[in-house]
This record gives sequence, C-alpha cells and structure tokens, in this order.
Amino acid sequence: MEYQNIFTQIQVRGPLEAGIPLPRGNDERTGKPFFNWLAGWFGNAQIGPIYLGFLGTASLLCGTVWFVITGFNMLASVGWDPIQFIRQLFWVALEPPPAKYGLSPFVPLSEGGWYLIASLFLLASVLLWWVRVYTRARQLELGTHVAWAFAAAIWLFLVLGLFRPILMGSWAEAVPYGIFPHLDWTAALSIRYGNLYYNPFHCLSIVFLYGSVLLFAMHGATILAVTRYGGERELEQITDRGTASERAALFWRWTMGFNATMESVHRWAWWFAVLTPITGGIGILLTGTVVDNWYLWGIKHGIVAPTPIPEAWGTVVDPALGGSGQ
Amino acid sequence: MKLWVPFAVGGVVLFSAAMIFRTDWDLPPVDSEQIGYRGTGMYLTKDREKENELRIANEVPEAPWDPDPSGPKAGEIYENVQVLGDLSDDQFNQFMASITEWVSPEQGCAYCHNEENFALDDVYTKVVSRRMIQMNQAINEDWKAHVANVGVTCYTCHRGQPVPKNVWWFDNEPKPAGGDLGYRAGQNVVGEFVGRTSMPQNALALYLLGDQEIRVHSDTALPTGDNPATTKETEATWALMMHMSESLGANCTTCHNSRAFNEWDQSPPQRVTAWHGIRMSRALNNDYMVGLTPVFPENRLGPEGDVFKVGCSTCHNGVQKPLYGVSMLQDYMDALSEKTSTGVPDYTTYQPGVTETLAPAETPGDTSSLKTKDDEQTRLVLAE
Repeated sequence: MEYQNIFTQIQVRGPLEAGIPLPRGNDERTGKPFFNWLAGWFGNAQIGPIYLGFLGTASLLCGTVWFVITGFNMLASVGWDPIQFIRQLFWVALEPPPAKYGLSPFVPLSEGGWYLIASLFLLASVLLWWVRVYTRARQLELGTHVAWAFAAAIWLFLVLGLFRPILMGSWAEAVPYGIFPHLDWTAALSIRYGNLYYNPFHCLSIVFLYGSVLLFAMHGATILAVTRYGGERELEQITDRGTASERAALFWRWTMGFNATMESVHRWAWWFAVLTPITGGIGILLTGTVVDNWYLWGIKHGIVAPTPIPEAWGTVVDPALGGSGQ
Repeated sequence: MKLWVPFAVGGVVLFSAAMIFRTDWDLPPVDSEQIGYRGTGMYLTKDREKENELRIANEVPEAPWDPDPSGPKAGEIYENVQVLGDLSDDQFNQFMASITEWVSPEQGCAYCHNEENFALDDVYTKVVSRRMIQMNQAINEDWKAHVANVGVTCYTCHRGQPVPKNVWWFDNEPKPAGGDLGYRAGQNVVGEFVGRTSMPQNALALYLLGDQEIRVHSDTALPTGDNPATTKETEATWALMMHMSESLGANCTTCHNSRAFNEWDQSPPQRVTAWHGIRMSRALNNDYMVGLTPVFPENRLGPEGDVFKVGCSTCHNGVQKPLYGVSMLQDYMDALSEKTSTGVPDYTTYQPGVTETLAPAETPGDTSSLKTKDDEQTRLVLAE
C-alpha cells in the first residue's frame, strides 16, 4: 500500500541536518531548519536552511519589484478598487505598450512604460536565479544539468518577451502579465499567424512535451514497480546493476522489444524536457518574422492534407470580392 | 489546532465553490453534431438544458387578429402618420396593438402616446418608435442578404421589453485610475459585450460602429510587410467573434473551418450570412441609432452618454436563427416588409413635452441620420 499512495505515508526523520560545510567565500545558510509533517507528505519533511547569498537575495528583490509593479498596475487598472481587483483577478494584467512606440525604451508610464520597467526587473531576477542555480550546483560539485534545463525554459521566455519583440520592431509584441490576458495573447498569436498547428517547431515542441509526459509516466511506473527489489536506489543500480534493474529491463524488452537503461532513461527524459521549450522557442521566433501564415506555409510545403468540403456547403465565395468593402 | 489549517481549508472550500457554482458550466449531456469531414473537428455542440431554456424563451406570439386591408388609409383618417400612412385602418390598429404587446405590454399606449392626443410627438418614445419602424422596414428591404425573407419585426429584439435586453454601449468600467499607473489598453477586465473575456471591451465599437479592418491574416506564407495587424488587433477581431459566438449560441465552426479561419472556400456558408450581418449592424448603428442620441433622456443612454447600440445578440438572443427562423414578418408584410417613408427629422431640435410634430427635414438623406461616426465620442473610443 505504501507504494500506491501519492503521498509519502511513512516519514523517516533523523536529526535536522545543516548540509555539508561550504567553501570559503560563501555566505551562511539562512534560517533555522525544522520538520513539517505536510512537507513530509510530498518529499523531505525538513524545511531549510536555505542558501540565499548575494545572487538569491538580488534575484528575490528584483522578482519582488516585478511582482509589486505588476500588482499595483493591476490594482490601478480597476481604479484602486480592491473588490474589483479580486473579482477581476484572472482578467487584469500589466499590458505592454502599444505598437506606436516601437522599440523605444522611453514609453510614458501611463501607456505601458511600467511594463518595460517591470520586464527589466523580471529579466534580472530570472537571470540572477539562473546564475545562482549554476553556482550552487558547482559548489556542491554536481553537474550543471538543472541549470541548463532551466536555461532552456529561459530561452523560451526570452524569445517571447525580448528576442521576438526586437525582431518584430515593437514591444507591443510582448506577452501581457496576466492570467487570462496571456492565454488570450497565445491563442491570438496562433490566429494571427495562420494557425500554429502547421508550424513544424510547434509540432516538435508538442512531441517533446507529450513525450516528456510519457517518459515520466513510464519511468515513474517502472521504478515504483521494482521498488520491492530496491529499484528506488537508482544511482546504485546505475553503477551496480541488481535484480531491480534486470527485471525492469526485461519487462520493457518483453513488452516492446527494447529497453532503456537505468542511466539512459534519465538522459532521454532530460532531453525531451529541455527540447520542449527549445523547439517551441524556435517556432515562436519564426512566427511573424520569417513566416506570416503557417497554414499557407504548410500548403506550400505539402504538409496540409486536402479536406473534402461537404456538398451541402456549396461554393462559398468571399463576399468582399464583390467590391462591397472590407 | 494550528491557526492556518482552518484558513487553508476555508480557502480551498471557497475556491472550489466558486469554481463549481460561479462559473457557467454546461452540465452533460451535450449534443454534438458533425458538420464537416471526419477528423477535422467540425462539430456543433449544444447543451440540452440551455437549448430547452432557449426554446421556451423564443416562442413566437400570435398576431392579435387578421386585419382587413381594405378601406380608407390610416394616413387619411389620423393626423401625423408619417411612416405607416398606407396601411388600412384595421391594419394600422392591429399593428399598434401588436407593437404594444411587443414593446410596452405593461405600460400600454401611453408609453409612446400622449393619451390626450395620440397624434402629438411630444413623448420621446414615439419619435424613437417611428425611427425604429423605418429601421425595421430598411432591414427587411435592404438586408435580405442577412435576414432573407424571414425578416424581422419589433419583437425580434424587444421581446416585450421597452429596451431590448441585449444592446451595447461604450463600456470603460471599471475605469482605470488615470495617472501613471493602471494602463490596460481598453482591455483586461471582464468585457461584458465580448463574451466576458479579457479582450478589448469596446471591440464592438471598432467593427459595429467604426469600420476597422476585421481581417488580420496574411494572404502569403511569408511576410511581405503589407499586413500591419499585430496580435493585439487580432484580439479585437477575436473579441468580435466571441460576441457573435455568444450572441448566436454558436461555435467557431458554425462559420469557420477549423484549420484556416480566414479561408472562404473551406468555410460553411453561414459565414457569408454573418459577414452581411456585421455590415448590417454597423449600418443600423450609424444610420439609425447614433442619430437618435439627442432624443433619449439620460437614463436611456450608456454611462458615457452614448446611445444603446445594436449587436448580434440584440436580435439573435442566443439563437443562431432568431426565434428559430419563424417569420413573424409574414403577418405584418404591409407594415414592415418595405420602406414606406425614409424622411429623417433633425433630432437635435426635439424637445420632449414641447415638440408637437417632428417632421422630416427638408433635405433628408436616404437612410442616413444626422450624426455620423465622426461623433467625437466615437473617435475617442476608436483611437484606443
């Protein structure tokens, strides 16, 4: 039963640990560690201490500035009315400047200038956090896989908010900071550029996204299934293949003729995850800059299947061709 | 017990309750009908409960009696009959009885007429009704591309209400604070007239009053620099489409193919009807509604002081074919099927309670009224 529950039911608690000693030049870790039963359901029950350091502190500060600018603009956008703010929480947003300002950094605050300022802080916050992730990994003498996976996500973020707006020549192309508004933006981008469905990089991104989900499910299921043989000790099984590893491999070889190894499945998962935003970012970057209508691009390159038109529809002709306006 | 637990539980319960009860879910079963080639997502979906409600709400009232078209004309018997003078006495009275049922069943004749003297124009609603009858005639004669021979009557919009339920006006609520904070580009709040999305609130003003380009797609695979439309303009177009969709209880695929919204040769033919409908609404607002602005009292204008305007929902009321395609017009052909008098008075001279007869201006334009979309307020909204 223990292995069929999403929450960890048995919490093993040793003494609180501070972690390994830090090399010279590092700051102290912050906060007194403690146990939390709820956290123990999800993972390790110990909370803290956290390593903030300069990078972490600076990143959190910049992120807070972005959050506060966005929040106060949202509040002001409904006339400082707290009730409206709560009612419209999913609707409000910090909107980028209109297209008329192009790439000017000097946009009036009353017309989207705050968006540029907030974005600058968000950019600083995200990049500082990336450096922190990289540095912490090096300090622990780990590989930097997490940092590079994070960098893949940052690539997509930069394409949406920086690279593509620059190539399109206007900050108006950036994504608004709001719940529904950013979703509307996403769908509107697809509509404007002739359906992103026909964008091959969008296809790839979806393949990697759904592929990641599939791999995650397969791997998680496999490890849980062989935990009774010590399969959850994956690192040991990588270097010293035991019966858990053998049985898992056999299972997949029998069911689909091929098996990943204890090590390679993690490489597959990492690459699938990382390629999702990388290919997606390429797809967005090409949209509007290199390709203006993905459906027509698909026609041109033979990837659009012909679709029979129901006879009942007859011949539908654009009424504007009759010369009666738009 | 720790204090945060009840707060957390309360929050989760409130949030879940809001998700379940505050949102407009369609409970199953939902009927879906395939209208295009298999595998292309060409389906129309209808919620059974909503369909039942709509059926009940869209029953057509019978004509009160079958009038005798012979005998002297109303214009000869009564004074100041400017538009319906060619009806027989019986037809005229039958139409007046109907219009009372359609528009002011509770208030009766006095809603539009001075009961001392029905011929006077001193009640503003009478002046408005006359113009609306002219509009009704123009729709049935000039806009057959949209209303076909089914046509419209006052009831199509009014449904027993003095003011049709589904009209729109310039909507800037809740207003941003002004000042340097709170720029929201006329969107990012619940847009009441754009399907309650966060898209541009006044998109209808852009397309159903102004004539901003609706089409945002490029006709070439690669950029040529000829198409200035951005993602933001696309949201405005989409907002109009949401209005249409909500107004008609229709899916995108009622009019569009699922893969290339802009391609006409793959579209269901309903799209052509809708295209004319957009132009019709635009013409009605510019030629009829805006011109009437000075006649209306303040409580009949929007918060920005603009006249209530026509959108798709005004007639459709949630149904793809208003009143499920039943032609009420057939009982009122002589009154409403064609334009009988297109004269337009100068509405700025109208004084309620004082003006006794508001006669058409000396040089009336055809169906255009006096104010046009150059109206300053409209320009302000369109400039956004």
